[in-house]
Amino acid sequence: MAAEEKFSPQTWPVSPEQATLEGKNKFLGFWFFLGGETVLFASLFATYLALKDSVPSPDHALAKDLFELPLVFLMTMLLLTSSLTSVFAMYHMKNYNFKKMQTWLFITVVLGLAFLACEIYEFNHYYHEFGHTFTSSAFGSAFYMLVGFHGGHVVFGLAWIIALMIRNAKRGLNLYNAPKFYLASLYWHFIDVVWVFIFTVVYLMGMVG
Amino acid sequence: MANLQSNSGDPKVNYEYRRKKSADEMRMQVITFTLMIFFTVLAFAAVGAGFSKWFIIPFVLLLACVQVAFQLYYFMHMSHKGHEAPQLFMWSGIFVAFLTILTFLTIIWW
Amino acid sequence: MSTIAHTQKRGFAGTVWEYLTTVDHKKIAILYLIAGGLFFLIGGIEAMMIRIQLAVPNNDFVSAGLFNEIITMHGTTMIFLAAMPLLFAFMNAVMPLQIGARDVAFPFINALGFWLFFFGGLFLNLSWFLGGAPDAGWTSYASLSLASEGHGVDFYVLGLQISGFGTLMGGINFLVTIINMRAPGMTYMRMPLFTWTTFVASALILFAFPPLTVGLFMMMFDRMFGSGFFDVAAGGNTIIWEHFFWIFGHPEVYILILPAFGIFSEIFPTFARKRLFGYSSMVFATVLIGFLGFMVWAHHMFTTGLGPIANAIFAVATMAIAVPTGIKIFNWIMTIWGGKITFTVPMLYAVSFIPSFVMGGVTGVMQAAAPADYQFHDSYFIVAHFHYVIVGGVVLALLAGCHFYWPLMFGTMLSERLGKITFALFFTGFHLTFFIQHFLGLMGMPRRVWTFLPGQGLETGNLISSIGAAFMAAGVIIFLINVVNTQVKNVQVGRDPWKDGRTLEWAIPSPAPFYNFKQLPLVRGLDAFWIEKMEGKTEMTPAEPIGDIHMPNNAFAPFLISLGLFIAAFGAMYQVDDKPWAIPVLIIGMAITFGSMLYRSIKDDHGYHIHKEDLLDDADKGGTR
Repeated sequence: MAAEEKFSPQTWPVSPEQATLEGKNKFLGFWFFLGGETVLFASLFATYLALKDSVPSPDHALAKDLFELPLVFLMTMLLLTSSLTSVFAMYHMKNYNFKKMQTWLFITVVLGLAFLACEIYEFNHYYHEFGHTFTSSAFGSAFYMLVGFHGGHVVFGLAWIIALMIRNAKRGLNLYNAPKFYLASLYWHFIDVVWVFIFTVVYLMGMVG
Repeated sequence: MANLQSNSGDPKVNYEYRRKKSADEMRMQVITFTLMIFFTVLAFAAVGAGFSKWFIIPFVLLLACVQVAFQLYYFMHMSHKGHEAPQLFMWSGIFVAFLTILTFLTIIWW
Repeated sequence: MSTIAHTQKRGFAGTVWEYLTTVDHKKIAILYLIAGGLFFLIGGIEAMMIRIQLAVPNNDFVSAGLFNEIITMHGTTMIFLAAMPLLFAFMNAVMPLQIGARDVAFPFINALGFWLFFFGGLFLNLSWFLGGAPDAGWTSYASLSLASEGHGVDFYVLGLQISGFGTLMGGINFLVTIINMRAPGMTYMRMPLFTWTTFVASALILFAFPPLTVGLFMMMFDRMFGSGFFDVAAGGNTIIWEHFFWIFGHPEVYILILPAFGIFSEIFPTFARKRLFGYSSMVFATVLIGFLGFMVWAHHMFTTGLGPIANAIFAVATMAIAVPTGIKIFNWIMTIWGGKITFTVPMLYAVSFIPSFVMGGVTGVMQAAAPADYQFHDSYFIVAHFHYVIVGGVVLALLAGCHFYWPLMFGTMLSERLGKITFALFFTGFHLTFFIQHFLGLMGMPRRVWTFLPGQGLETGNLISSIGAAFMAAGVIIFLINVVNTQVKNVQVGRDPWKDGRTLEWAIPSPAPFYNFKQLPLVRGLDAFWIEKMEGKTEMTPAEPIGDIHMPNNAFAPFLISLGLFIAAFGAMYQVDDKPWAIPVLIIGMAITFGSMLYRSIKDDHGYHIHKEDLLDDADKGGTR
């Protein structure tokens, strides 16, 4: 079957993710999905901005009491770097170098897990130090909803990439799984896009009030 | 789609040409990444240095937009050929996103 | 698998299994038609109960609380579970054939979309038997819906969430299908109008459903997990829900009406035997309506006090939509003008649609004037307006589409005679019911009231309205008789039964073989089939030699994924009551969903090929199912 044909770096097509009709369809459909996700996250950002610092009583912690730059900076660096490593992975995918692609994807996953660990620590910190929870105030709800939705995307992205890596570990690249790797990497970049706005709008702008 | 046509002429030459092209692109992406890190550091530094919020907010927002454009156009290859429909729908999404956020900043009572 | 497996006669269980696992867009269309039709009947029964209750003053046919549940479920069911799925039925049945595609872009996702919708709708309607339906109105405004007791609103939130995912997937599938799967020569500006409207409506779905998803999530968290988005005591803001609902809700109106426009744009040229007048302006108007549709949502909220500036902006934007809609109306009239018209049932619906819809449009512009809207708001005038656009536009299109596309979907023709009786009853009933409601509204009757008092001049109007509703019900019953009759007789009518088919879907046997086109057709212009007919040909010119056709395998996973969410929704809902089994149920449901997704992504599914030889054997046997 065409999709399982064996390739060499020489015969591997230029855009393997779009070499089959199925690949083309997936490619386009996934971009459209990302267009919809843009609106989804915009809705969450809008809610956050509308409910920022909106707490039932003055003794609740506000944005500028909560956030600390160093941790957020670390998280940003982790995620930004993981974006680059997934670019590397796709570079090797296009060159039909399966081993290197797997290696870079593995690094991406490690960075993503580190990011998640920071996020869990962060939420835990807010809870223990400030009593800032999902149910403590509308501000809390909006904050955890926005950042949590992003965190959920990270979890899903990691699960997706790991599943792809394990599933295809033995059989290497072909035109059937190349689009899948490509889409997972697009998804991972999109997670980073959202994070850029989160660290800017939530954390940096939260710090300055 | 033009970018799908690959193996015309000598496959070996074509292969080397492709290798070179993607290596060039890779260099471009490393530069992009460096710039993104730089912008991030700038944004954090501006907040850390405690400038006026009338400077910081537009500044960090601008940096964020540039970074996102980098992500979309270079890391996600939206600058490549064959991305016309993705561009149309991403920009439409951004338009709706903008309207939504504008609304929630202006005509929600608080 | 080969063709043989598909041509064999199946037993009953085999047929059921086939439909549970099908990924064929034509079968999914039938599923949408049946499920949507069923929900349409349920919504219709609810409508009848409303009109019986309001037929006379001080009536107590239903209690006030039950009345609230009925109006909520009537609106929700009709919009989300009847009108949209029925339009999806036609999109699935017709659009891929119109663009000369063998299949949709994502057959699996297509099936998943249907099952999500179905289980969402089922979940919502189970509320009737599990402690009461939602009672906060179809808009479910936050302060009211947070105060609503019992699980009614939880059913609303979870049911719509599940079916909303399905709709979103359907939308993406149609978009990619139209962009990537067109036959050779089928350029964008040669696409039939129904395909165009499907495209724009799908784009609207893509951008309008995420805000609804977010709003529903927030409502779910507020009601079931203790968050405070809309809870003013926690610092929340109830207007947020209103905005999200209408940022979704207004495009939703166009998601419904644009495909309806598309159906009529196919019917007019067919039965006037004339090319659609002003094709490119029709396309332009469709896109423009889609674009403007996103900038007018706040006209539903004029009276919430957005301030004069916002009200003025949204008023002007709203009025602007009348312009592209007007272009369409005139184009349709010009299409009929000078045509050689036959008044078949679809054409009757199409012609009567024009004045009916214009009336709804005109009252819409009246309400767009924000100061006047302060008078109309929350009165029966509004009820009359949106029923004029939705029944006068969408439902007439659905009935017309049923008659028009029935041969395409089933290979049989609905009876014209019974169809005309349905039309007469339904059309009369529709105007009888809703025209008088304009005046009831202006006389001060508020919408959503359980009953009214005698001696306020509202008796006659309401009685007339209820009589009209009975006419509509009679029309629908006759339509059902027509359907049963036709299917029992099962007289196959073959290809191009209207004789005047213009577009590709009529160029293949009806009902279409499961691979649609043996050879992809070469499209040489707008109304591709008509062009060939005018040159004396009876078939499309093929664009390729006969070759193997790649087909997707059937899959049970879409059903399982949706079933998992359906189960999980019960867990999410009952954990509020501290039921010990609720959390396990939630986890089991999610495990089913994610397990099926994982199974799907891990197991390779390359589909199968129909071989050339089988295709040649199959030559012109016509629709084999």
